[in-house]
Amino acid sequence: MSNTPYFAQGIDIDHLKPPEGCRPGIDCQRWVIRGARVLDPASQLDAVTDVFIDKAGIVAVGEAPSDFACDNIMDARGLWLIPGLIDSWARLREPGQEHKATIASEARAATAAGITSVCIPPDTDPVIDTPAVVRLIKRRAQLAGGARILSIGALTQDLDGKRLAEMADLQEAGCVAVSNILKPMANLAVMRRAMEYANTFDILVIVQPQDRALAHGGCAHEGAVASRLGLPGIPVAAETAAMAQILALVEETGARVHFANLSTARAAQMLEHARFAGLPVSGGVSAHQLFLSEMDTDAFDANCHVIPPLRSLRDRDALLDAVARGVIEVIHSDHQPHEGDAKAAPFPDAAPGISALETLLPLTLRLVENGTLNLQHALHRVTSGPAQLLRLKAGGVAPGLRADLCLYDPQAAWTLDEQQMLSRGKNTPFAGWDFSGKITHTWVAGRLVYGQNIEPK
Amino acid sequence: MAVVFVRPKLPKLARDPWAIQFDSDGHLKHLLTIEGLGAEWVTRILDTAESFLSVTGRDVKKVPLLRGRTVVNLFFESSTRTRTTFELAAKRLSADVLNLNISTSAATKGESLLDTMRNIQAMQADMFVIRHEQSGAAHFLARHVEQHVSVLNAGDGWHAHPTQALLDVFTIRKMKGEFAPLRVAIVGDILHSRVARSQIHALNTLSTGEVRVIAPRTLLPAQVEKLGVRVFHDMREGLKDVDVIIMLRLQRERMEGALLPTEDEFFRLYGLTPEKLAWAKPDAIVMHPGPANRGVEIDSEVADGPQSVILQQVSNGIAVRMAVMSLCMGGREE
Repeated sequence: MSNTPYFAQGIDIDHLKPPEGCRPGIDCQRWVIRGARVLDPASQLDAVTDVFIDKAGIVAVGEAPSDFACDNIMDARGLWLIPGLIDSWARLREPGQEHKATIASEARAATAAGITSVCIPPDTDPVIDTPAVVRLIKRRAQLAGGARILSIGALTQDLDGKRLAEMADLQEAGCVAVSNILKPMANLAVMRRAMEYANTFDILVIVQPQDRALAHGGCAHEGAVASRLGLPGIPVAAETAAMAQILALVEETGARVHFANLSTARAAQMLEHARFAGLPVSGGVSAHQLFLSEMDTDAFDANCHVIPPLRSLRDRDALLDAVARGVIEVIHSDHQPHEGDAKAAPFPDAAPGISALETLLPLTLRLVENGTLNLQHALHRVTSGPAQLLRLKAGGVAPGLRADLCLYDPQAAWTLDEQQMLSRGKNTPFAGWDFSGKITHTWVAGRLVYGQNIEPK
Repeated sequence: MAVVFVRPKLPKLARDPWAIQFDSDGHLKHLLTIEGLGAEWVTRILDTAESFLSVTGRDVKKVPLLRGRTVVNLFFESSTRTRTTFELAAKRLSADVLNLNISTSAATKGESLLDTMRNIQAMQADMFVIRHEQSGAAHFLARHVEQHVSVLNAGDGWHAHPTQALLDVFTIRKMKGEFAPLRVAIVGDILHSRVARSQIHALNTLSTGEVRVIAPRTLLPAQVEKLGVRVFHDMREGLKDVDVIIMLRLQRERMEGALLPTEDEFFRLYGLTPEKLAWAKPDAIVMHPGPANRGVEIDSEVADGPQSVILQQVSNGIAVRMAVMSLCMGGREE
């Protein structure tokens, strides 16, 4: 057996939807995955059973359908079969910054990390504000043949905060949401109109709450550590003031809003109150915010320079609590791969961001090990949670869903070595961390896109 | 003249983020911040500086301790006092000195800090003295230089200016002796001041009785009390029973960032005038890291008055920098 993992090559079919009239065994293969511990957070299924795949979808769990004939059998005894992860917030740098990473490099890294769908924010170059860019990204993803890449459209044209983007066209072209990322809106009136317009077509608006003026010039959490290191701070109010404005507009417009990249205890509390009041809002947090804090920026580690910044231990604990209680239902990577030079500068000058695809599942499962969440709830935050948010027919192991699946070996302990990362970006603060298990196989729409040789069980 | 180079072996804490300042034998290699030095090293630097004071008083002001070594002053921000005193210190130790004012050369051509440093390192530099506008620049350089090269922080962003703090505590020690009974007040723009941060660490390292900061809230960093200071907003309260007053320079740009209304109001509330000075102990000394804005944070009558030690600070600066340079380079194979 070779130790080189298998990666699928690009395919020239639209693997977003199961192709009509696909020829069994040729265009799309039929699989039986036998004997795995099947975990489906949506239905709370946790049983050793068989899963049957045909026409890019899951056709049965448990008993084979009467007319099922398989092309491939995967002996998965001793492994876990989990839904493929859906990463709702990750930069792949293409188009526009291919010197940092490409769709091909990152889609490949994603599959090996168990991520089968990746949603990319619209700050590419060109900005995702026309269907043509959405189609370009989709085509590049198909050629890459790895994870499914889903676009998040721009809320305003060129993200200028003034002119509304063609949201309905973007939705039709396949955008799962719209966002103006960290770019400021000209004023609250434009934001209100944008939310109203998005709501007309039931389009999800993703907001990364950060007031530009309050955050201006900052590169670290405004607190004891930044004060000692002399780093310009970003106050908690930069997040909460922006969030309060958006919540007021949600009350006004009824628009569906998802707050991505939350970093403060107060924001988690505001989200909880808003949800309790019945507002259609949800929250997401990046995995690193649940493990790191301002303490990690000590000694000016540029890999800990992220926006929003790593905040206090109290904030981190409140985020963990919000994730545990389901106030925050989505954990995303906030993947931002960088070339070495971008980080080779004094802390404030180093480009913010963490290469995080490959730590999304390991860190999420660590929440189980440290007792924050049970296994199903942890998986929900990265599979069925984002699937429900983005209304994707994926993120579960149940008949009728797309066959986006992973096998996970819970015994394969490993240590993160940044040089071994598959992402083009090696900028991680988690180098040297020990993790307990590893993805061994990944299917996207019923197609095996990643496979590791495993010991026969 | 007796300059004794016996370095105490200090235990190195593996998880101490400032451990980078010491080599594997526990010798001081880089001076990036006062944090992590401990009272033993600070005292050693001050004692060494004391022995160099006699050199600066002689006719021939040179000692051969750094003969054949090359010291490169890498200044990304303009500076007169700090750069010239570093230069004089290096020359009095017989080193070759190269001054690079980067704001007018490579950086404007787009060269990165790392490339600039590597190019100069390739010219067999032994020590970099760096001033940079970004906090953490000196740490960054120290992490990337070759094994034999030392890095001295001559001011990085708002973070640290350790040699300034050392010359300040050196001056205080000469004037006042013991630190334990002293109350020291630092007045003005603490938020943007690398000098204040290093002074606070140095004073606390030497177990100063009380370190105070006096400023309006807009000029204080978040949770400043965690640096080990008592916070005052009123000069009369803050200066009461104080032995040492350190005035900080107020940059005029601060008026634009909505941090202060006007210079006039700042001077009225926090500017050190003879009247306010009278609120401190009668034998209190007045310090200023320079360059002073007369009429903004300090009245000329005070700056030039009998309690001012501002010029002593400058001349002590040379001896302290000689001490730091010789200690950092002294641990090397000849």
